[in-house]
Amino acid sequence: MKKKMIFSGNEAVARGCYEHGLHIATAYPGTPSTEILENVSKYPEIYSEWSPNEKVAFEVAMGATFEGARTLVAMKHVGLNVAADAFMSMSFIGAPGGFLVVTADDPGMHSSQNEQDNRYYAKFAEYPCIEPSDSQEAKDFVGLGLDLSIEFDTPVMYRLTTRVCHGKSIVELGERTQYPITGFKPNPKKFVVLPSHGREMHPKVMARIARIKEWAETTPLNRIEKGSNGIGIITHGATYNFVKEVMPDASVLKLGMTYPLPINMIKDFAKSVDKLFVIEELEPFIENLLKIEGIECEGMKFWSNLGELTPEIVAAGLEKAGVFKSPYNPKEKESVIPRPPIFCPGCPHRGLYHSLRKNKAVVTTDIGCYTLGCLEPLGAGDTCVEMGASIGVGVGMAKARKSGKGIVATIGDSTFLHSGITGLLNAVNDKAGITVVIADNSITAMTGGQQHPGSGETLTGAQGYKVNLAKICQAVGADNIKVIDPYNLEQTRSTLKEAMESDELSVIITNRPCALYPAENRKLVQETPFAVDHDKCIGCHACFKVSCPAISESDQKTAKGLTKSQIDSALCTGCSVCAQVCPVNAIERIK
Amino acid sequence: MNETKNVLIVGVGGQGVLLATELLSTVTMEAGYDVKKSEVHGMAQRGGVVSSHVRFGDNVFSPLIPDGEADVILAFEQAEAQRWIHYLKDNGTIAINKYKLVPPIASMKGFNYPEDPIAVVRKRTKNVTLIDAVQIAKDLGNPRLVNTILLGVLSTSLEISEDIWTRVIRERVPKGTEELNVKAFLAGRAYR
Repeated sequence: MKKKMIFSGNEAVARGCYEHGLHIATAYPGTPSTEILENVSKYPEIYSEWSPNEKVAFEVAMGATFEGARTLVAMKHVGLNVAADAFMSMSFIGAPGGFLVVTADDPGMHSSQNEQDNRYYAKFAEYPCIEPSDSQEAKDFVGLGLDLSIEFDTPVMYRLTTRVCHGKSIVELGERTQYPITGFKPNPKKFVVLPSHGREMHPKVMARIARIKEWAETTPLNRIEKGSNGIGIITHGATYNFVKEVMPDASVLKLGMTYPLPINMIKDFAKSVDKLFVIEELEPFIENLLKIEGIECEGMKFWSNLGELTPEIVAAGLEKAGVFKSPYNPKEKESVIPRPPIFCPGCPHRGLYHSLRKNKAVVTTDIGCYTLGCLEPLGAGDTCVEMGASIGVGVGMAKARKSGKGIVATIGDSTFLHSGITGLLNAVNDKAGITVVIADNSITAMTGGQQHPGSGETLTGAQGYKVNLAKICQAVGADNIKVIDPYNLEQTRSTLKEAMESDELSVIITNRPCALYPAENRKLVQETPFAVDHDKCIGCHACFKVSCPAISESDQKTAKGLTKSQIDSALCTGCSVCAQVCPVNAIERIK
Repeated sequence: MNETKNVLIVGVGGQGVLLATELLSTVTMEAGYDVKKSEVHGMAQRGGVVSSHVRFGDNVFSPLIPDGEADVILAFEQAEAQRWIHYLKDNGTIAINKYKLVPPIASMKGFNYPEDPIAVVRKRTKNVTLIDAVQIAKDLGNPRLVNTILLGVLSTSLEISEDIWTRVIRERVPKGTEELNVKAFLAGRAYR
């Protein structure tokens, strides 16, 4: 009997990489894709790396497949925007060794700034797009995808969604099949994308996708499950499970490949049912392609391109279409206090954002844990768009105001190395008088603590080059660089104030590591905890403003009836930020 | 068993909800069922709300439990029991750890920790088990046992043999704590 495991979709993709003889895997971390590379790195047979950004990850992967290596590159949906330049032109070249581009889309935006549907990218660049529905398929489709890629010399988009990435189900394990790396075969007409070559390549791409469209008619990736009630549903990915759950007696055409579509198969399927629906997540991608082909179907009329689908939403749409009575009776929800995510105890960002608020800075911020600094009560963060935007946005505001005074661009170390350096280079060249703060905690924290070129360690735990951020800033021409301790509020505030009042470009780098990652830090940052002296506490709640999970209301009250604070000594790391904001020195280190 | 069984486990990031559903889903697989589990990572370690769905049966499609369809809810924290009670089906069972974890936002105006979550839950269902797992864990000598104790309580609502539970627990908990964890599980299982 084969060994069975319960795997998340991401773990299953990693296992698929192992079993199907993958040679090289690269990525930049991003929810919900991060665990793919974390798990691939456990197989020493595969070379794996965190690259500084998705574009570089994509380029390293391209080079590997040019050498004939079986290759995968993984990123979250918005990561593909960063890699899009490479992604588009790679279509012209093909994929000699087999090449999977994993895009992990996030319908419902569990941990993302938007919910773009990356299947449009597949069509845009003429990549075939495959989509698994559960963990077993997530593993199997790695092999099927590589076969497809090699057979047609095409890169393949491997689209996952949050529910597939983080959902878990049973997977049967197999052995690894070994493949040779065939080696680079120089051919400028194939590997050099010049205009003259490109004009020859483009028709080949169109011919290739036409052949894959033929192949789609018979591939086992697409299958029909015959039902009995006259209803036909075309679906894909995680949604397939909801459709089967809600209407088990419908005929289902499950598309494991959503681009290009098996049009003849679909036309036959449409003829075999009384009414045809397309239920898909997120955009009407399949539906619109079918309508162009003149196939009568309904989709977005009854469902929506907003957010995630669920069994209830699938059922409600079918009810709206008049073919079903939903069995679900949602019960009334209780209204309960929210638990918004906040900085961890000991987080170095706390002192920084508290000081930015105190100094009334206009804060153009960036993507990372520190984006949470925009939430009340810290409330420091006026704009956030995409990875690396903070510095460019700050410069643009300064140019519009004709002064950079008071404008502070905040960016994390991983984001700075990802795509902030060019922004700073531009700020120097533009003589923009803004303040740039690099909140350096030496790790990619938001996604769970991944290494980057400033961490001094690689994905596999090998020693890496620990890049010096101050030297980078100097090298691009920033002269005024200060390194500060964000646990020291006086120093943080006064350094910020001086920089904000100047109309010269200033760079400030904070120097405390993440309190959570790597795990050794949890002991490193641990100092003797603090406690509130209830004889001194006046119930002013200034300490609440630092937004620390260790601080809460006690059952003690002042004479005026104000609630006194308390500190949970099990959570407190002893960072001292709250003690520094207390106006009556009621917060003291436990002796 | 033709019907799919739906178990919802809820709590606060850092309490061990995800490990509990990891153990539960392994147990159901070992008992011969198909199983699917769903949760969303990302904010879990930052004191956020965590809910994890486990569904098992002969053939499970959706990893998500529909609203109002949970057979059993296990709540690691009182307010979370109240937050998720609408998932419980009529006559469903809920086990609640008596523990309260007041979020920092409760210190701000307009946000209050619910007054009596247990009373709210009782209005919805008669089948409520309350347990002070923190105290039991302390009595057993290790506050980290809360997780296994709560799984013991949950196990009484599911028809899966004790042997499978104890075997999986022995395999999955840190080395050296196997017997203590089994003891904690059995304490939860014996709790009435």
